[in-house]
Amino acid sequence: MDAKDILGIPKTQLPTTQEKKSRPQKEPQRKPDGISREVYALTGGLAPLMPSIDVSQLKKRPPSDEKVRVVNGVPPTGDYSFAKYNKSVDVVKYTDEEYEKYLTDPMWTKEETDQLFELCERFDLRFIVIADRFPSSRTVEELKDRYYGVSRAILIARAPSPTDVSGHPLVKDPYNVSQEVERKRALSMVLSQTKHQERKDAEVLAEAKRITDSRMASRAAEEPEMPVASHVGSESADRAVVLGDTVSPSSNIQLPSATVVPSTSIIADSASTLASLRMLRVYLRTYALEQMVQAASSSAGLRTIKRVEQALQELGVNLKPKVPTKAVCAEHLELRKEILTLLNLQKQLQYKEAEGSSYRDGSYIDMPGTPKRSQRAGDQDRTFVPESINFGGERVGKRDQKRKGPGRLSEAPSSPAHKRPRKKASDL
Amino acid sequence: MTNSSSSKKHGPGQPEESGPTLKLQRIKMSKPEEAEKKNLNKKLKDVEISIPIVYGNVAFWLGKKASEYQSHKWTVYVRGATNEDLGVVIKRAVFQLHSSFNNPTRAVESPPFELSESGWGEFEIAITLYFHADVCDKPLNLYHHLKLYPEDESGSMSTKKPVVVESYDEIVFPEPSDSFLARVQNHPAVTLPRLPVGFTLPPPVPIEDTSKRKRGDTKDHPLAQWFMNFSEADELLQLAAARQQVQAHIAKLKRQISLIDGQQQQLRSTSDP
Repeated sequence: MDAKDILGIPKTQLPTTQEKKSRPQKEPQRKPDGISREVYALTGGLAPLMPSIDVSQLKKRPPSDEKVRVVNGVPPTGDYSFAKYNKSVDVVKYTDEEYEKYLTDPMWTKEETDQLFELCERFDLRFIVIADRFPSSRTVEELKDRYYGVSRAILIARAPSPTDVSGHPLVKDPYNVSQEVERKRALSMVLSQTKHQERKDAEVLAEAKRITDSRMASRAAEEPEMPVASHVGSESADRAVVLGDTVSPSSNIQLPSATVVPSTSIIADSASTLASLRMLRVYLRTYALEQMVQAASSSAGLRTIKRVEQALQELGVNLKPKVPTKAVCAEHLELRKEILTLLNLQKQLQYKEAEGSSYRDGSYIDMPGTPKRSQRAGDQDRTFVPESINFGGERVGKRDQKRKGPGRLSEAPSSPAHKRPRKKASDL
Repeated sequence: MTNSSSSKKHGPGQPEESGPTLKLQRIKMSKPEEAEKKNLNKKLKDVEISIPIVYGNVAFWLGKKASEYQSHKWTVYVRGATNEDLGVVIKRAVFQLHSSFNNPTRAVESPPFELSESGWGEFEIAITLYFHADVCDKPLNLYHHLKLYPEDESGSMSTKKPVVVESYDEIVFPEPSDSFLARVQNHPAVTLPRLPVGFTLPPPVPIEDTSKRKRGDTKDHPLAQWFMNFSEADELLQLAAARQQVQAHIAKLKRQISLIDGQQQQLRSTSDP
């Protein structure tokens, strides 16, 4: 609305926008606070766009050839105190003769080149501004190329001998247009990558790393020996890092940091884990157990793994065996696998129950405070399981109770809708 | 360990190619018997040698003699789980201490593989075990967090009773060379599975005169009274009981699932659309 005022375009009264239009029309008539109506009217009824400059003050302005900082549209008055910080670039000035001799270029007229250099001087090599001001449309890279090309040519031409200037950065590393264009394109591509793309790239890179690591490891395992000195060297570096951070690795790493043990993310199979362990030639039993456990739980999510650990704790079993002999580790592994089976079966059972409930009336399992639990099989998963793995035996009875016929509400005193520690015998 | 260094190819850093000749050299076999040894090696794949070890530390508070920077006297060690001599397998143990110690890399060349120091701080010690040439050419790393102060903070520190933290583990050699096997077959520190039928090993060649060597076992070690006992029996019992419970649960669930399946079958068949 104001814009149209500025431009002097008559306001068109469209019927739909009439209401809105009437308001700005009122504005000049409304009196603003702070100054009296008459004074405001003197300004033509509109607030000035720019503070006006007092003519007398113009005399005190800093010399016109000096570059000054204009703030809020007001050039500085008086002595320009920031003058001392003015920097300038030494832009090459060539004579017409020199131009004819060294600087002619099929892509550029002399006129254009002269214009370019004048702008370069004026704008201190701010190429973005120069590109904007340049009369014919040229890309920033083209302008830069021309400028640096000319400067370089002049430099070499004027030098008494080529060796004098060979150290000059312009001569050593000339501006490479195609490289620059490519670089900027790549940059903008990376910048405009979607999150999705980023994730994909990260995944691919991680996968590639895993593959190279496993390849390196298998190569390392094959070769009979590495020089002991390099061993100690890389290991002491490894240790220094370890000690410096005072972080203890949870798994026992047998190889020096240079080579990496084949990661079990690729080897999901227990058999292949065994094979990879054999390749190590020496390892610790605890490490082997860790690898096997990982392989066995590779298909399970983090939550499931946590549940397995909970179950182990309930059963009074150490998460990591205190006496990891071969037999103990084997038993431990088997136990973990069995717990996984148990959890899967429980999930199966719940799904079946949820399915079953759709054949009957809604409230099959109705816990106070948790309406329609039977429908939410997924939630049941979360809330139901912890209590069911109570190997004390008390809860099992309760569970059976729930399974009796349709519509019967169980007497569960407290809702297992939230995860609780297992000391629930008293709750019953 | 570097017995074939002369035949190693020059490459950038790690030599990537390993020809069969290098492998055989590692096992110290003479060439004419190659074929025979290869056969033995194949069989050896099912035989693994394991060395039960215990590693950790014992720390005594110095009491009156304690100074600000030397409040405890501690010993970090790796010993056989039954206090047998680990020197049969381990050639050298290197303990990497905190960088604030002088010469933080301490190598112990003979059993018992231990290191004593005094200090005030708890930190992680990296222990690298280097094995004899016929055992394994790759070292093994252990990590132990040095413990000086008792668990309960209010617990009074006594100069008589030390803080002891030990971890049990087993060093496993999945494919031992036959010379290694032969050498250690009857050694108390080493656990060998039953050898396959018909598998005969050459008689063990005594490497050193045992009487000359210092005793490397820790049975009468001054700190032996503080060593912990690790019995697999308890843990096995625990695990067996747990497994039984889980298996019972699984059976019950399976029954319930089949029950529901049966019920649902019935419902489906009786309810007609």
